[in-house]
Amino acid sequence: MHNMKATSPNQQDLSPVEFSADMLTEINRVIAMFPEGREKSAIIRILHIVQTHYGWTSVPAMNKVAEILNIQPIEVYEVASFYTMFHLNPVGNYVFEVCRTGPCMLVGSDEIIAYIEDKLNIKVGETTADGMFTLKTAECLGACGYGPVLQCQYKFHEHLTKEKVDEIMEAYRAASISK
Amino acid sequence: MTGRKLLLENVHIPGIETFDVYRKNGGYASVEKALKKMTPEEVVEEVKKSGLRGRGGAGFPTGMKWSFLAKPEGVPRYLVCNADESEPGTFKDRYLMEKLPHLLIEGMITSSYALGANEAYIYIRGEFMYILHILEKAIAEAYANGMLGKNIMGSSFDLDLIVAPGGGAYICGEETALLESLEGKRGNPRMKPPFPAVKGLWGCPTVVNNVETIAAVVPIVNDGGEAYAKIGIERSTGTKLISAGGNLVRPGVYELEMGVSVEEFIYGDDYCRGIANGKQLKACIPGGSSVPILPAHLVTKTAAGENRLMTYESLADGGFTSGSMLGSGGFIVFDEDQCIVRNTYTFARFYSHESCGQCSPCREGTGWMEKVLHRLEHGHGNMEDITLLEEINKKIEGNTICPLGDAAAWPVAAAIRHFREEFEWHVTHASEAQTRNYGLIQPRVEEIKAL
Repeated sequence: MHNMKATSPNQQDLSPVEFSADMLTEINRVIAMFPEGREKSAIIRILHIVQTHYGWTSVPAMNKVAEILNIQPIEVYEVASFYTMFHLNPVGNYVFEVCRTGPCMLVGSDEIIAYIEDKLNIKVGETTADGMFTLKTAECLGACGYGPVLQCQYKFHEHLTKEKVDEIMEAYRAASISK
Repeated sequence: MTGRKLLLENVHIPGIETFDVYRKNGGYASVEKALKKMTPEEVVEEVKKSGLRGRGGAGFPTGMKWSFLAKPEGVPRYLVCNADESEPGTFKDRYLMEKLPHLLIEGMITSSYALGANEAYIYIRGEFMYILHILEKAIAEAYANGMLGKNIMGSSFDLDLIVAPGGGAYICGEETALLESLEGKRGNPRMKPPFPAVKGLWGCPTVVNNVETIAAVVPIVNDGGEAYAKIGIERSTGTKLISAGGNLVRPGVYELEMGVSVEEFIYGDDYCRGIANGKQLKACIPGGSSVPILPAHLVTKTAAGENRLMTYESLADGGFTSGSMLGSGGFIVFDEDQCIVRNTYTFARFYSHESCGQCSPCREGTGWMEKVLHRLEHGHGNMEDITLLEEINKKIEGNTICPLGDAAAWPVAAAIRHFREEFEWHVTHASEAQTRNYGLIQPRVEEIKAL
């Protein structure tokens, strides 16, 4: 986690953002779960809400979170950069995070990663030219008995085979078109 | 006959994830019993009598942990459930929460009553967001049915239960890192003492327990601590959830009475049904990636030739020389085709990735181990690298704030201890090692006995 790299704020569009009314309702609901004075505890869940909406976690979005929680922006940056689920750079519409730790490796995760690289013509860490898919690897997703496994938009895809990977890609492509 | 099930007995009943079906099948009886017939102290006493030990990996007696909770006047106390299941090989809590959300909620209520907590939290890893939604749905049902909120079941006991997600960080399974994260900060472990029992969440006395531990409080209160303690062997009482993965015919989550033999668990029809694809067993990590790996000849038998059992004591028999640990119950099985160097490399990479970076020995040491193992695995290593790994190991172990350093050091040390010739072969046959795996090793029982 300590070696995580983010796009330099200089390379990002730093114009302030406003959250939608729906997002604010959800954010306020989450903040209200915690006792008075402990609002900062909601920060990780708020970042999940932000990322679900925008696809990634930008500096302006984090600044907005700081404003809502009445804390310094750095307090949001340091949290977002610690937890690996938050993408601090733009990503594709669908991020495939393929588990590659021991138990998944034992049942063929390396072959699955290679297959996805080949199929999408990208390497781990890259996004397809059409902006549809980003491929990342993950360390232990806690699904060791059902490997190989990948997660995309919080959904677990388990017992992966090459055929299953094809089906998953098609399903996401179709979902994207119907949006 | 797979033995008694105390947690998963009703898991296959349709609709058991709903309040009504769960309640009709005896759910929330422990809340009723505790609130109407027992004092909080009596509940703690039953948990002590049960001999229940923490199911997250450390195996610390739960009743004792509870009795350490400080109770200063006018200061709130908290119960926090550790649902940050991230130890490679472990996926039992996920199963329990997904299938039986009300069992965890029931355990949280009964345990909170025992501890005098009026606010309780379930901290769940962010990747399990779908389970967070399952839990919140079940919690809403529990509120609607008077099991949470004010005056639960007509008593004077109040409890609010909140679920909070993490954001992808193995370290948050360490209880003080978890508390930092729950306070909305980076998951950097705290120095101990003070322990959470004295200064925990927001500086208040806090108990942090694993999901399975809290669930086990339900049958303990229902049947009594003594009845629970009668199951199992020695100080391994009750049942344990084991999540079995790797090269098995039937991987999955099993609840077993402590004391089932390892041989029965791996090969028995009621359990994993042997090694997949008709292969032979090469090695096993019985308790999650942090515990020592065992070569085949030490998996089903101890170095003394006794049957190895699924208990805290038997799996640890022989210490780190020839034994391992029950740990979290993340049971990982390797067939004859697996490469131990490669596997050790993936674990070193995991710990390097997950080190919070706070302590230099762990931050730097885990990175060095990853690099050295990468070299060995990819045919660029030399014999000194194996010695170097052992030296780095010793410099990490015991020199960090939290146990992640030890957790990173132990698997590497154990892999070299038991599979040294395979590591050496990666140096002497560097190019061959790129095209095939070493295969099975020769047992060295006599040599290990002499150590």
